[in-house]
Amino acid sequence: MLRVLALASVVLLGIAPQASQAITVYTSWERHALVGSDIRLSCTFFSWRSISEDVSFTWRYRPDGSKDSISIAHFAGGEAYTDNKGVFKDRVEFVGNPKRRDGSILIKNLDFSDNGTFTCDAKNPPDIVGRPSSVRLLVFENLPIQAGVITGAIIGVVLGLLVLIVVIYYLMRFLVARRVFSLSVSKHGKKKKEGSQQRQGPAPPADPSKVKAAASEKKKQESRKDKK
Amino acid sequence: MNRCLSYPCFLCFSRSVSNMLCILLGVLALHLLVFILLIVSTASSQWTVEARGHTDLWYNCHSDTQGYHCSQASNEDWIQAVQALMILAVVFCFVSLLAFAYQLFRLFKGGRFFFTSIFQILASVFVMCAAIIYTVMRPDSDKDYGYSYVLAWVAFPLSLISGLIYLILRKKD
Repeated sequence: MLRVLALASVVLLGIAPQASQAITVYTSWERHALVGSDIRLSCTFFSWRSISEDVSFTWRYRPDGSKDSISIAHFAGGEAYTDNKGVFKDRVEFVGNPKRRDGSILIKNLDFSDNGTFTCDAKNPPDIVGRPSSVRLLVFENLPIQAGVITGAIIGVVLGLLVLIVVIYYLMRFLVARRVFSLSVSKHGKKKKEGSQQRQGPAPPADPSKVKAAASEKKKQESRKDKK
Repeated sequence: MNRCLSYPCFLCFSRSVSNMLCILLGVLALHLLVFILLIVSTASSQWTVEARGHTDLWYNCHSDTQGYHCSQASNEDWIQAVQALMILAVVFCFVSLLAFAYQLFRLFKGGRFFFTSIFQILASVFVMCAAIIYTVMRPDSDKDYGYSYVLAWVAFPLSLISGLIYLILRKKD
């Protein structure tokens, strides 16, 4: 009992100080986009506290090869502010819903110069201690095909077709053999009083050769089993 | 003498049952050879060789002063198609082997190894398509072909012959 109390107290002491610290911010790791398209960069966070009125989001952009980052979007006090002077002038729009922990931005009309790292920093007072999260943007002229997608697709389709054909073949054989069987039984019932099912009799001339092969193979397998 | 009627006469050496066994073993050996050739051709990455390295089907490796570096082969659609077709050829050859084993013991007397032959011929068609696509779509025309490429072209006629042999072979006891 004492041990349980000690354990519980350790756990609570471990969690309690964290409840007013450590906000965790989440973004994607890397995004690919085509030149001229729009892209929505998502940013969300986790906080032990409920969403406060002063929740804020800040987006920064650092071009590839540069060490400085500039601020391109900011949301604070219920108002969204976007870049109106720099490279992203009139191209950035704040489309997130801060009350739902969403601080996403929309960047329009991408260009090759937009390659770089976008950093999202979220603050939920009094939860202000946390590491910002970054998403890397890669702008392509043509989107490259991922490795193995086409390979897997071709293999999957061909194997699927194979399985389908095999299933259909066995189904057809089963159905046709059953039909032949029932036909010959009715014939026997008409011709002879004692029905012996060993001789399937000559098949009607309209049947295809496949039916004969199926029926004879069945008969041969049955006779083999009888021999054994 | 009746046994000589159902397969070509030049194969009919004696009237004993061991003749059939010899043929079966020979065909099986050919089939296994084709299977091994396909696996080696698919798995080793030596379809194109250059002075200091090799590329395709899975890795591009080259050696320079700093050492031996390997990176993944390019993601272009035709390389992925060649990869898929070679893998399918290996799979179909293996399924044909299984079908042969099955039909050897379960087929009725006088029947043909139909499924075995079908899968083997499909495998040869896939290898042919893969080799043709690779030959046509390769960008560098001055680099040499590696042994994997040669094995693929060797495996194609061997598997076709093997499939056709299965088609004309009839099971006798």
